[in-house]
Amino acid sequence: MSVGSIVLVVLVLAVVGYVLGRRRALSTSAATGTRLHSLPGYYGQTVALFVAVPALLVLAAWLFAQPILIENRVRGMIPDSVIPEGGARSLVMADVRNIAGGLDAVLRRDALNEDALVNGNLDFSNVRVRLADVGVALGSDVPREVFDAAVTYRQSAKYGSIGMTVVVLAIALALGAWSLMRIKPKLRARNVSENFIQALLIASSTIAILTTVGIIFSLVFETANFFRMYPASEFFFSTVWNPQFRGGSDLGIIPLLWGTLYVSFVALLVAVPIGLMIAIYLADYAGSRLRSFAKPAIEILAGIPTIVYGLFALITVGPFLRDWIAQPMGLGNSSSSVLTAGLVMGVMIIPFVSSLSDDIINAVPQAMRDGSFALGATQSETIKKVILPAALPGIVGAILLAASRAIGETMIVVLGAGAAARLDLNPFEAMTTITVKIVSQLTGDTEFASPETLVAFALGLTLFVFTLALNVLALYIVRKYREQYE
Amino acid sequence: MTDAIAATQGKAALSGDARTRRRHAAERRFRMMGLLAVALGVLALVGLLFSILSSGLSSFRQTYVTMDIYLDPGILDKAGNRNPEDLAKVTTFGYAPLIKNSLAKAMNDKGFNSQLEAGPAAELVSAEAPAILRRYVLNNPDQIGETVEFNLLASGRIDGYYKGRVTMASAELDRNISPEQLQLADELKEAGILTTRFNWDFLTAPDASDTRPEAAGVGVAILGSAYMMLIVLALSLPIGVAASIYLEEFAPQNWFTDLIEVNIANLAAVPSIVFGILGLAAFINFAGLPQSAPIVGGLVLALMTLPTIIIATRAALKAVPPSIRSAALGVGASKMQAIFHHVVPLAMPGILTGTIIGLAQALGETAPLLLIGMVAFVRDYPAAPPEGFFDPASALPVQVYNWTQRGDPAFVERASGAIIVLLVFLLLMNLIAIILRRRFERRW
Repeated sequence: MSVGSIVLVVLVLAVVGYVLGRRRALSTSAATGTRLHSLPGYYGQTVALFVAVPALLVLAAWLFAQPILIENRVRGMIPDSVIPEGGARSLVMADVRNIAGGLDAVLRRDALNEDALVNGNLDFSNVRVRLADVGVALGSDVPREVFDAAVTYRQSAKYGSIGMTVVVLAIALALGAWSLMRIKPKLRARNVSENFIQALLIASSTIAILTTVGIIFSLVFETANFFRMYPASEFFFSTVWNPQFRGGSDLGIIPLLWGTLYVSFVALLVAVPIGLMIAIYLADYAGSRLRSFAKPAIEILAGIPTIVYGLFALITVGPFLRDWIAQPMGLGNSSSSVLTAGLVMGVMIIPFVSSLSDDIINAVPQAMRDGSFALGATQSETIKKVILPAALPGIVGAILLAASRAIGETMIVVLGAGAAARLDLNPFEAMTTITVKIVSQLTGDTEFASPETLVAFALGLTLFVFTLALNVLALYIVRKYREQYE
Repeated sequence: MTDAIAATQGKAALSGDARTRRRHAAERRFRMMGLLAVALGVLALVGLLFSILSSGLSSFRQTYVTMDIYLDPGILDKAGNRNPEDLAKVTTFGYAPLIKNSLAKAMNDKGFNSQLEAGPAAELVSAEAPAILRRYVLNNPDQIGETVEFNLLASGRIDGYYKGRVTMASAELDRNISPEQLQLADELKEAGILTTRFNWDFLTAPDASDTRPEAAGVGVAILGSAYMMLIVLALSLPIGVAASIYLEEFAPQNWFTDLIEVNIANLAAVPSIVFGILGLAAFINFAGLPQSAPIVGGLVLALMTLPTIIIATRAALKAVPPSIRSAALGVGASKMQAIFHHVVPLAMPGILTGTIIGLAQALGETAPLLLIGMVAFVRDYPAAPPEGFFDPASALPVQVYNWTQRGDPAFVERASGAIIVLLVFLLLMNLIAIILRRRFERRW
């Protein structure tokens, strides 16, 4: 049975359980003449919860675990001799999976039955051609061992899904029957189902922890693998980034880090003055009509997907800067450059700076303004000499948050900054960033055995630590500042 | 003495001395800078939208060649038995001559005397056209031997000519098109064979290969994005709401609650690409889910959306006044009843608004999807859910990225067109959110 229909069956069972449970509560109460402890619906609810929740959880766990177990078992069946020179076991496993998937179609087309496959008397000679007929393309002829592994793979997957159907439905039925049997008028059904629901609520809120653990675990695990193949000191201190397909790559993070910081610096140079002035103007000067128009318009900038900014950089800003500024001044010929990416990214983070600063400026007590006005200061003097100094820690926090956005931003730099790892000061040159290199090392065929791929995890970990530190610092400053005036 | 001070002060109050004037000038300058900043911000928005619209709107119009094609049984069905298997043996190369001949005939009928041979003339029609023809014949074998009118795509260069991308001058240098072909296109246009009209195919067709930008569409991408949004909604709404209810209403003040809170705050700020790495390592590499599948994209985006939904839901729950809870508890409801029967329904508009905004963010997210293999070239529509969740698919923002990486400038137009589609969806979602907020939000 497919996963979808199992879920459907379990849900139908849950509804049936609800109806039965409710009816049983009412009838036992009428028969014995005792009042029910809870409303009749709660008796049904306990049954429905016990039918659906454990069964679905087991289903999810099974779906997660089955491929891993089968993979490990089949992996062990492949002898080292059939792994091609310079190839990897995982490539052979990909063949195994392909063949296993294609076998169904072959069997259906040739009207073969299962026995032929299992007993091994299937005509093996032209397997590749026949698989190709049904749309499974294989690179080369498959050795017998690989084919056998594929047959086992398919067989285990089949038994696995039969087992899953049986176990899940059995759990649903058994727990349903058990909770149905225990219904008595005295049963505190409301408390039972409320405790059950509260457990679900707690479980949901731990997902956030699990996600963080997952992120850290996957990053650290693969980074450790990477450092086993490539020395950490080279990674952190080498100034050359030059990955090679055949090994012997130079994977130094410094040029990438330089590009990242340079682009983010340009972005902040654009966003901080503009964002801050927008916040000041909208908070202290603008009339209500301008504010009701300009504030949402600027917030729209925050809601636009980054790919849109990336395309803007690629088709408009990049060519404009190249044709009108860089080439006439002889500074460069590349349409993707630090300045392109930085300018566009600056536009993107304007709303972060402006709305955070807006909050912070508004949090400065009115008494401080009034005091300043009373001494005869003009509005701009009040802002420059009183409000901004008072709001400074908060604004620094906002800028740090914006910086962490800029450092982690991907699509704008992928489309706007270029791919050449370079240590240069000229902002019209193409440079590259950590995020760009994560994308380029991990897209396409990912083979988890080479340092060229695994370096992406080390880059990801660096990025994660960097942005996390900035965020924690920024949140700490902002919180500290808020407390000051509350 | 006092008179002197009074005199200067009086002067300052009326006309101002040099220093006051300087101060007022500084005030005006500061004001202008503020206004300038606001104008720059709004200008950036306008420039962004204008740039995308001006380069993308044309992808919704497309040049077509309309002509009668004689489906020659001598070519398509040599055996003459209309057997589908025999028909399928004729490849698209077999169909190309039909188009060439029909175009030559149409030109003859209209009395053209172009210097062009039939071959170069047929290059005006997209390389995709024989495939369209073949699909039609395989679906309607009884039409063989008839003459049928077809609307075939014009080639990308011809289409670009009418959109200003290709000019006579650029055609001189282009191996794929010649100025003579463009002249012929102009004549055909005058004769009504070549027409430009609204392009539904752009919204429904799958992606096409590098050399056929005219046939590329966002159909598979829209479907893939829709599947992912379904998964995100199904996972992150219940989990997010449940987590917020626990944290806001039940959680005791202890280290565990603090840990969860810190985690949620940090997850909201983790760069999206890191979620992509998580998806690659955990869902594809470890759990063995297929690459490029909406299920993996949906899971990753759901994890990314969760903090947004949790933060919005908690704000909505907090906005419900405590008197509601007290009243429910006072008439004998349990805590769970008070929350589920009274607080949550009142907070629902806020929760839904937050959810829609979270979904809109997820819809535009690109970077994590690149890492889980959604950049793959996918031409087949995924099956219906739930099986289709495991089929390879594309997604709108990734399709945009994909097209920007191709050589033909016609794909830039396609990418901008896809962005317009994406922005329209985002606009609709945000409108729904605003309407929800306006209609149902209550101020206490």
